[in-house]
Amino acid sequence: MTRIDLGGLDARPAQVWGGVRLVPLVRSEPVAGLRLRREVYEGAGTASVELGDRTAYTSYVPHGFVADWSGSRQDGESAAYGTLLGDRTDGPPPCVPVRRVHRPAKRRRGERRLRFLPLHLALEGYLALHFGGPSVVWDDWSREAVRRGLSPRAEAAYAGWDVPGLGEALRVFELHPGQCGTLLYVADALAAAFVVPHPEDYRVLHPTLVEDLYGELVHQYAHYGAPVPEFTARIRDGAGGVRTLTDLRAAALGQERAWAAAHDGLMARDLLETSYSFERVYRAGEFDLYRFLPPFRRDGREQHIGELITDHKGRAAYLKTFRLSEKQVRKGYLLHRLADHDWHLGRTAEALGTTYPELVRRIGAAGLGGLLDAHVVARKAKGAREG
Amino acid sequence: MSELVAAEDVLLFVNAAVTATGQREFRSSAGEQRLSLAFLHAYVRVNYRQVYAASLALDINDHNAALIVEHLLRTPAEAGPGEGRLIAARLALLPPQRVYRLFRALRAAKVNNRRTRAIVREWIAARPDPALDAVKYRPGVKTALRHVHGPAADPETGDFLFAPRRRVRYGSPLLDAYRRAHYEQAALYELPFTVAEGFAAKHGVPRALFLERIAPRMTRFERLRTERTAGNTKDWSAVPLTRLAVYVLSLPFAERVARRGELTGALRAAARRAAGPHAGSWGRVAAVLDDSFSSSGSAVKRRRPLAVALGCHFLLEALAAPGAYTPLWTSGGDDPLLVRPYGPTPLGLRVLDALETGPERLVIVSDGWDNAPPGLAGEVLRVWRTRLDPERRTSVVHLNPVYDAGGFDVRRLAPGVPTAGVRDAEDLPALVEIAQFAEGRTGFGELRDYLDRRVEAFLKGAGG
Repeated sequence: MTRIDLGGLDARPAQVWGGVRLVPLVRSEPVAGLRLRREVYEGAGTASVELGDRTAYTSYVPHGFVADWSGSRQDGESAAYGTLLGDRTDGPPPCVPVRRVHRPAKRRRGERRLRFLPLHLALEGYLALHFGGPSVVWDDWSREAVRRGLSPRAEAAYAGWDVPGLGEALRVFELHPGQCGTLLYVADALAAAFVVPHPEDYRVLHPTLVEDLYGELVHQYAHYGAPVPEFTARIRDGAGGVRTLTDLRAAALGQERAWAAAHDGLMARDLLETSYSFERVYRAGEFDLYRFLPPFRRDGREQHIGELITDHKGRAAYLKTFRLSEKQVRKGYLLHRLADHDWHLGRTAEALGTTYPELVRRIGAAGLGGLLDAHVVARKAKGAREG
Repeated sequence: MSELVAAEDVLLFVNAAVTATGQREFRSSAGEQRLSLAFLHAYVRVNYRQVYAASLALDINDHNAALIVEHLLRTPAEAGPGEGRLIAARLALLPPQRVYRLFRALRAAKVNNRRTRAIVREWIAARPDPALDAVKYRPGVKTALRHVHGPAADPETGDFLFAPRRRVRYGSPLLDAYRRAHYEQAALYELPFTVAEGFAAKHGVPRALFLERIAPRMTRFERLRTERTAGNTKDWSAVPLTRLAVYVLSLPFAERVARRGELTGALRAAARRAAGPHAGSWGRVAAVLDDSFSSSGSAVKRRRPLAVALGCHFLLEALAAPGAYTPLWTSGGDDPLLVRPYGPTPLGLRVLDALETGPERLVIVSDGWDNAPPGLAGEVLRVWRTRLDPERRTSVVHLNPVYDAGGFDVRRLAPGVPTAGVRDAEDLPALVEIAQFAEGRTGFGELRDYLDRRVEAFLKGAGG
């Protein structure tokens, strides 16, 4: 499995508000056997997750998602936990107040459901990229780097309500019947994709988009970008075009189809046609929870990290992505290249078609300069200059 | 050319003055609405003073009527002939609390010219019950009298307002009840509802008991507002159509189903009253009614656009020939009593459905945000008009209940479709008439003739 499969989801006409374009994704029928719901945590959104081995993972966590695959089997176990299948006439589901959250993805004992913190799997995957540090002890690397790896790594992101116009755009958005997902574009750059298994889940989780994390790129585009135009329908009624109402209806429906095709092929192309490296985090019944990383290619394409739940056919039941900024892509690319050449700076520079001092500059620009041994690097750079 | 621009400006202002209330809307804040409206008022007042004054004779809403009066009184140097009569006639129609608020605004703006003083004095002198005003709008009456240096209606009211400790008791029963209500619970029920509410809270009277005993002193809108808590049976015969629609939409679905017969009957009766002599005269009518999520309005205008659509539904049913009416809600629902604001606005496809029924008139009630797909309704109407129906067998009108602050107008679907702002569904026949000027083919002269006719009728109605 290398690609994201949005089979079963159809794009409907986008709704534009300022610089934000929201493309609804509609399922003709919901994914059977899986529901998501929101779990609200106490406190001001910060949570600490225990990872075992006496390490703690402290993070901004506005809410968690609970995946419930108890399915339509109405056995005693799932009923006892108030399964979310069937009609929800009894008001909102009971929230479990949790102060301390254990593990980004965790299954509570004996329950047929999994709680995970949105995007944290994906972010963890990116942050932990080559976390172990150099595998061969070249003298260019500092002792710190060899001993402790690339820790601590830090990336900055913005909360949704800091992205100008996003909150308002989400508020005035009109949900489609059967809508199970949204592709969120800011200044016509794909900022996030969000897909859930069931329309009822989407209705509840739609406002959580404003609490999610967005990269620096998205924030800047929203800040400096101009309002984007709407793709308004155009009916060609030139000579011999439209003669009857039936023609007119056909032309109108054609407009809708044309939009869906144009969207999938043009606007969401980079998301859907990139081949990702998937890592399975959890398996639950016929559903698999993955996180994925992009190939970190430097060809100007969009690069997303994210997490995905697929059904047995590999189609996305749940999807949440985070758009990496150019700098983050460069960093990932550099780490990959270094790892490919066993962390040897000279060989990496050669493979990249550049020089030793230039590679050192790039490592510094990516924020990893502290991991190099300054003396050794300076000596080698001098040697390279004089030799 | 300039004539056409002038006509367009005036229609734009009329649309704004009918719909905008300076309150928050679904897509714009109260601040944006007020800023946009303030510009529009200044622009029209400076460029088309006569038309600006004449719009007082149209069915504009009370907020804009008060604003126009304020603007006119603030700029006495440019006043044209006949303005004073128009202002007086309109003030007589406005609810008193709005007029007192207007007087307060004039005082805050330090507008105290001779004309203003005369108009305020005349209006106060014409009030039917000065004692009631003194009790119910006490701060307003005081401010207005102070501002124009006018005497109170009689010495007793004067003392009540300005020197309440001078008398031990009052001859007027209402003024005396107000005095006694401070310490006597029974006196409470002789006072107007809003005043008595405060005393009831002071005396700790249970709400249900209070509502039951004060019922005869309530105005009809107060009765409608408290109907659900008080639980008294309702006489629907005096409630206007749109108010009734707002009330129906405020009920939970289960109650709407349980009271279906009663509510439908009341809505139909109100629609028949609003249709009056036009009932059944419109032939085959199709309506496209917007119940998308945006028709939920805002926290201050709850479900107002949807209520207007619901009112229009029943009014059009009454106006159409019996059995020749086709309603089409954008959500695809077919039970008008159970509408709810949800979903996108596929206006284009609904307009197509409506045109397929071959109507003589097509009325579209929507806020103009056509988004599934965007702009399709405009395209469909354009192609229909240019290719399929160039002889204009079907007349199309778009009614829009929401003022678009950014565009200084209500949002249009297509340039060729006449668009009119609508605040109350019962104004629909008059609005359809005025919308015909918006097709861009009639000049300023005709529009001015129309306005003159309306002004004449308005003044005659006010005088007689």
